[in-house]
Amino acid sequence: MAKETKKLNLNFGPQHPAAHGVLRLILELDGEVVEKADPHIGLLHRGTEKLIEYKTYAQAVPYFDRLDYVAPMNQEHAFALAIEKILKINVPIRAQFIRVIFCEIGRILSHLLNVTTQAMDVGALTPTLWGFEERETLMGFYERVSGSRLHANYFRAGGVHQDLPRGLEEDILKFCKKFPKIIDDLETLLTDNRIFKQRNVDIGIVSKQDALDYSFSGVMLRGSGVSWDLRKSQSYECYDQLDFDIPIGKNGDCYDRYLCRIEEMRQSNNMIQQCLQKIPKGPIKSLDGKISPPPKKELKESMEALIHHFKLFTEGYRVEKDEIYTAVEAPKGEFGVYLISDGSSKPYKCKIRAPGFSHLQAMDYLIKGHMLADVPALLGSMDIVFGEVDR
Amino acid sequence: MEKLTDLEKIINSELTTKINSSEIKHNQINLIIDTEDLIEVIQFLKTNTYTKFKQLIDITAVDYPENNKRFKLVYFLLSHEFNKRIKLEYYVNDNELVSSLTSIFPAANWMEREVFDMYGIKFKDHPDLRRILTDYGFEGHPLRKDFPLTGHNEVRYSQEEKKVVYEPVKLEQNYRNFDYESPWEGTKYIKDQTKE
Repeated sequence: MAKETKKLNLNFGPQHPAAHGVLRLILELDGEVVEKADPHIGLLHRGTEKLIEYKTYAQAVPYFDRLDYVAPMNQEHAFALAIEKILKINVPIRAQFIRVIFCEIGRILSHLLNVTTQAMDVGALTPTLWGFEERETLMGFYERVSGSRLHANYFRAGGVHQDLPRGLEEDILKFCKKFPKIIDDLETLLTDNRIFKQRNVDIGIVSKQDALDYSFSGVMLRGSGVSWDLRKSQSYECYDQLDFDIPIGKNGDCYDRYLCRIEEMRQSNNMIQQCLQKIPKGPIKSLDGKISPPPKKELKESMEALIHHFKLFTEGYRVEKDEIYTAVEAPKGEFGVYLISDGSSKPYKCKIRAPGFSHLQAMDYLIKGHMLADVPALLGSMDIVFGEVDR
Repeated sequence: MEKLTDLEKIINSELTTKINSSEIKHNQINLIIDTEDLIEVIQFLKTNTYTKFKQLIDITAVDYPENNKRFKLVYFLLSHEFNKRIKLEYYVNDNELVSSLTSIFPAANWMEREVFDMYGIKFKDHPDLRRILTDYGFEGHPLRKDFPLTGHNEVRYSQEEKKVVYEPVKLEQNYRNFDYESPWEGTKYIKDQTKE
């Protein structure tokens, strides 16, 4: 006779190290098998979209750093592109390259964090220590260009805030030269590691159809064998001048997604080097005085510059009535901004489409029938960051 | 099928009566439809061999309080196969029920919950229409234009009661929403003050 079992409800989080932030997951367990998962999100909800409606376009940029805070500039990029498309301003080529360099640095930042913490969730501590050392270096580049390590507030509609400081290009290049070795080292710890494979191979399999149905994007989609990357398919900025490959997975399990991220880091590293080779000299923001503030030097001499400066930092620039959806390939997937302008200097509405939101939604579907120990593994490979899920 | 205009033609000819208007803007097709046609149009766009919009990117709403029909609901679809984006929109009233897309796209579940949470629009046949981003027991719908930026309640830990308590928002200083639009004529908030 079978023993009578009782279902167990388990409250996972909101303060759990493997929840990658503030996720409250209510699990229904039968023994150790998960029967249902109900994610409660919103614990980090700060009302970003509401706040943006009350800020000028320039003031809204810092909010984007605080969404996916492990790769801040990628979010700013989507917002900047949206405004530029409505205003129909051209971005100088140097600014485009700077943006791409820092978006790819953001991608490495995000993947380093994800790959190593995923390893930590399944029991390996060393990769985290190694990976975070490199993250420090990369955030150092962020700091040198924007003045802050995390919340950069660096991209502007029409370009970037300031030019690269002297010596930064060489230092980034030096980093790029030694970075492949570091990925190799990480791989020796993980790729063939017996424990890492036992915990990840064939866990959380996402089929092609599921990936489409659940609005997956980024690595979650590519891990399942769909070759789709906005940098290639709907190329923006100067990505079409760069030579890079899009890695795709075969089985759609956690392990394939890990491999995709490792390869994407190598590709990003290559792209940064290509950018550093190709980057021309020139202006770093639009020369239209109605959009970008004048250089400090001119303020002392030119009346017009002074007026522009005053108007831009009080009222801000106005954006004609229009609406637009713009998406970029952020490290986690398709990050979109749906911007509605009404002719004033503040957005009427700004909806943010965060990739993690759709990914987390499929948690219940994907985890059904897995063991409790697979929950952190799957969460880790989904690459959830609550800043963007909760907004 | 390379061009957006061709795609627009196909959609218009297949769904003649169901499309109120269509235009191409910023490299994507915008369709305006009627509330009751939503399911049919989405079903068509998803399954038709010339469209194949197999992925629902996002659902959101926009609040226009001065309009007769207050909310605009917006749906974004993406076709990987043809590399095209499309946007659907329709207008609804405050208390109107809207059909849920959960049976066609499982991803619609949370997106509709978010629209419900933020705007108070209710979806019929939604399996689990709960609030999603706001606090447990939250009242009001934050992204409506008439919801104040500061909200209604604030939370603090009370030393006396030894628990977290909710209180009406008390601010030492109001949110300074300066109106810089036309400093020469005097800003709006000063005009409002002088009127009183």
